[in-house]
Amino acid sequence: MGFQMLVPFGPWNWLFLLVALRCGGASSDLSESTNSSAQHELNVRFAAAGSEPAETVSVFALDYDYVQIPYEVTLWILLASLAKIGFHVYHPLPGLMPESCLLVLVGALVGAIIFGTDHKSPPVMDSSIYFLYLLPPIVLEGGYFMPTRPFFENIGSILWWAGLGALINAFGIGLSLYLICQIQAFGLSDVNLLQNLLFGSLISAVDPVAVLAVFEEARVNEQLYMMIFGEALLNDGISVVLYNILIAFTKMHKFEDIEPVDILAGCARFVIVGCGGVFFGVIFGFISAFITRFTQNISAIEPLIVFMFSYLSYLAAETLYLSGILAITACAVTMKKYVEENVSQTSYTTIKYFMKMLSSVSETLIFIFMGVSTIGKNHEWNWAFVCFTLAFCQIWRAISVFALFYISNQFRTFPFSIKDQCIIFYSGVRGAGSFSLAFLLPLSLFPRKKMFVTATLVVIYFTVFIQGITIGPLVRYLDVRKTNKKESINEELHTRLMDHLKAGIEDVCGQWSHYQVRDKFKKFDHKYLRKILIRENLPKSSIVSLYKKLEMKQAIEMAETGILSSTAFSIPHQAQRIQENKRLSPEDVESMRDILTHNMYQVRQRTLSYNKYNLKPQTSEKQAKEILIRRQNTFRESTRKGHSLPWGRTAGTKNIRYLSFPYSHPQPAGGDVRAAEFTDHDGSDAEVPSIMFNTHSPTGSLQEGRRTQEIIPMKSLHRGGKPPHLGYQRNRSQEEQLGRGRRAVLRPKPLFHAVDEEFESGEESEEEASAIGSRWSAEHRPGRDLHRSHSPLLQRK
Amino acid sequence: MGATHSASEEVRELEGKTGFSSDQIEQLHRRFKHLSGDQPTIRKENFNNIPDLELNPIRSKIVRAFFDNRNLRKGPSGLADEINFEDFLTIMSYFRPIDTTMDEEQVQLCRKEKLRFLFHMYDSDSDGRITLEEYRNVVEELLSGNPHIEKESARSIADGAMMEAASVCVGRMEPDQVYEGITFDDFLKIWQGIDIETKMHVRFLNMETIALCH
Repeated sequence: MGFQMLVPFGPWNWLFLLVALRCGGASSDLSESTNSSAQHELNVRFAAAGSEPAETVSVFALDYDYVQIPYEVTLWILLASLAKIGFHVYHPLPGLMPESCLLVLVGALVGAIIFGTDHKSPPVMDSSIYFLYLLPPIVLEGGYFMPTRPFFENIGSILWWAGLGALINAFGIGLSLYLICQIQAFGLSDVNLLQNLLFGSLISAVDPVAVLAVFEEARVNEQLYMMIFGEALLNDGISVVLYNILIAFTKMHKFEDIEPVDILAGCARFVIVGCGGVFFGVIFGFISAFITRFTQNISAIEPLIVFMFSYLSYLAAETLYLSGILAITACAVTMKKYVEENVSQTSYTTIKYFMKMLSSVSETLIFIFMGVSTIGKNHEWNWAFVCFTLAFCQIWRAISVFALFYISNQFRTFPFSIKDQCIIFYSGVRGAGSFSLAFLLPLSLFPRKKMFVTATLVVIYFTVFIQGITIGPLVRYLDVRKTNKKESINEELHTRLMDHLKAGIEDVCGQWSHYQVRDKFKKFDHKYLRKILIRENLPKSSIVSLYKKLEMKQAIEMAETGILSSTAFSIPHQAQRIQENKRLSPEDVESMRDILTHNMYQVRQRTLSYNKYNLKPQTSEKQAKEILIRRQNTFRESTRKGHSLPWGRTAGTKNIRYLSFPYSHPQPAGGDVRAAEFTDHDGSDAEVPSIMFNTHSPTGSLQEGRRTQEIIPMKSLHRGGKPPHLGYQRNRSQEEQLGRGRRAVLRPKPLFHAVDEEFESGEESEEEASAIGSRWSAEHRPGRDLHRSHSPLLQRK
Repeated sequence: MGATHSASEEVRELEGKTGFSSDQIEQLHRRFKHLSGDQPTIRKENFNNIPDLELNPIRSKIVRAFFDNRNLRKGPSGLADEINFEDFLTIMSYFRPIDTTMDEEQVQLCRKEKLRFLFHMYDSDSDGRITLEEYRNVVEELLSGNPHIEKESARSIADGAMMEAASVCVGRMEPDQVYEGITFDDFLKIWQGIDIETKMHVRFLNMETIALCH
């Protein structure tokens, strides 16, 4: 049903594919293997050019073998991409099933086609290609986009769960299957213990790609998400390590020769492999961070450095038989923080998108290959084995989840409830990782490899489809605590305040908690690491630097152009503004949050997206544009009015209703001038000059001493026009009024453009100014609505 | 014997009042004595001895919170000059993790107490409202660690946050309506979705061990 949408995208592609395959089929009939035929063809083609005289000049010739492999690979990737587009375009579908289901189905479809046309598929998948080319991008992307802070906060639980969970699962499944194999009736007695253990290790690996895709829809709370994500990430590495160790065992010994020493050696090796991998990753991460420090003039190679070093860390670790996966993950995590500060904006974007693209391609290829293998002749169906595998996978996962979490809950301040544990249990979705490992089992050691492959495929299909589709409803049914990422400034502020508060209280108590470990690390980082690894003289916040850039630009513009004539620009802007309601526009919230997150801990966390499928939109670019537009508007307006300062409000906007303006706000002496300026597009106010305010130090100090909490809403100021400051004039000195008025103008810089209300037509745009203006406005306000009701604006406490 | 008897009585009394266990009380007492220099009370100056606290951007607010009469439940406003051990424990009790064995009503109560503590941190002049001024103050302090942020940005953020708060608390405002500041009820409303329980707690008692679990 969902594929109705696919069909419009599909047919041309199917057509091409079929045609290609037919031709391919035709030409590959000539020889046995496509490889050698391609080679042969190649030679023939180039030889023919030189030696044999052609009989006729062929106007049109077809040579499919030459391009077969790249052509088909490209077609597969394109096909998967089109399927993904169709998947997202057809709205009910993403809610029903995760994207990985789709990829698997597409793969199966391609497999069916290839099988149906009896075409020999290109050898995309063999051991070296998978481990060297297809796996690293996926792991790199997982590591790079990992949210480090929640990860490290929960690292104890995650390591405990991932490490022990993988081991328990692997050995549990392996041993139980071995016991089943012992039963004569199933005809499996030739599968020995080692083979079973190996199978257990590869089938226990939870696939990060599939898991994340599944949880994309179900937004569970952060703790839970971190556990699942962390497990998936580490689990991969652990199972590959186990796999390699067991393969080594299988190769080296007969089962009977394995002694306890070997087992101990195996365990030690396990630890060394893991830690060694991480160590390599960290080293390479630092090296690449250091190098990016010097690349400001050749920013084009920055992405290259990032990718090459990560890949190098993977390869270096693999050389020494250490865990390349853990190495590349550690490299990505280490590198991210420093590289992000060093590279240019465009390089950063490039890195982000290129990484996603690479991993997407890899994942697609793997899934397609999985689909291709499904429909083929390399299966061996054994009812007992398959069913018991499936059953044991679920049983052992349940056992490991409940047992391990029962223990770790004793140490956690906030234990995971049974509901959370159920979700964790249910999230054990296997994917392409297990398949690849199964596919790569050496046939010589595993005579019954086909059976293993079949069983693996069944488990994968079952978990991806059944569990993937039902986990959303399950989360809703169990009413798991959801995340409430409201994305509000208040939340950000409060959270940060609380972090500092916690740290403070812990200092007072003399506590030594993980929070302080983090603090200490930050200080160390700040003192030494940043000095070495980060380029000098860069402001720490991208938004501030962008802002500065725009300021400069505007200053230059001012100097060059003088008065600008056209106001055409502002009118569409005004129209745009009318739609806005009282809330802050999302860009403003974003920018504010960004500033907060960037600066409160002096750590930049640019990649806030957990989900690999949704990249956070480039808000800073959008903002830059908005800022520029606004600035241009205000600038034009200000120059039209004869102002010399750019801090006016954006053109065509109504009043910003300001909420509470205590008057004792100290302003920096000699700070910016805030020209309160509203412009009226009717131009009726042409004669009213705008008002300029200067920060007077005397007023400043006066204000500081003051503690009155008079609050005046801007709206009423504007409405009231004259009366408010009549009131002021009655009670206060001119100076104070001026100062206070200035305070009241408080408006965010256009950068954080806030509330805009409906423009009140016919209103003088300088209401805000008027209220403040005191003696200024008194002079400059000709036909003001002085009779406006003096609403009780001054609210005393 | 008489001395120990009364000491353990005191401890039990404190246990009842603040909810800490006797081990925790003992440990905190040790810490109290260390901070106060074996005096029975602590003054503000004693907090200067804590080296790590110097680097905390909201240091002044934290220290102030210890002496705030509202937190000490001694009055509606004002600052105490010095606090004794019981007051110290009272302040610390705001940070106890919420006990999972408590029922819903008690959890709500605890939550409210914690939020009230936070509210008092913002509302420095004890008028029951967080005004824009106070908000700005907080934001400026929070951002004070970064020298590159200009004051105006900090102010703008505070303004924006206030507006957001207004829209959450009051909804659509009449043109003549005035929003004076965030009251405690509004504050509760803002915090409705966020679970303070997981954030505002300190693990007492494990002084030597590095707790790696959250």
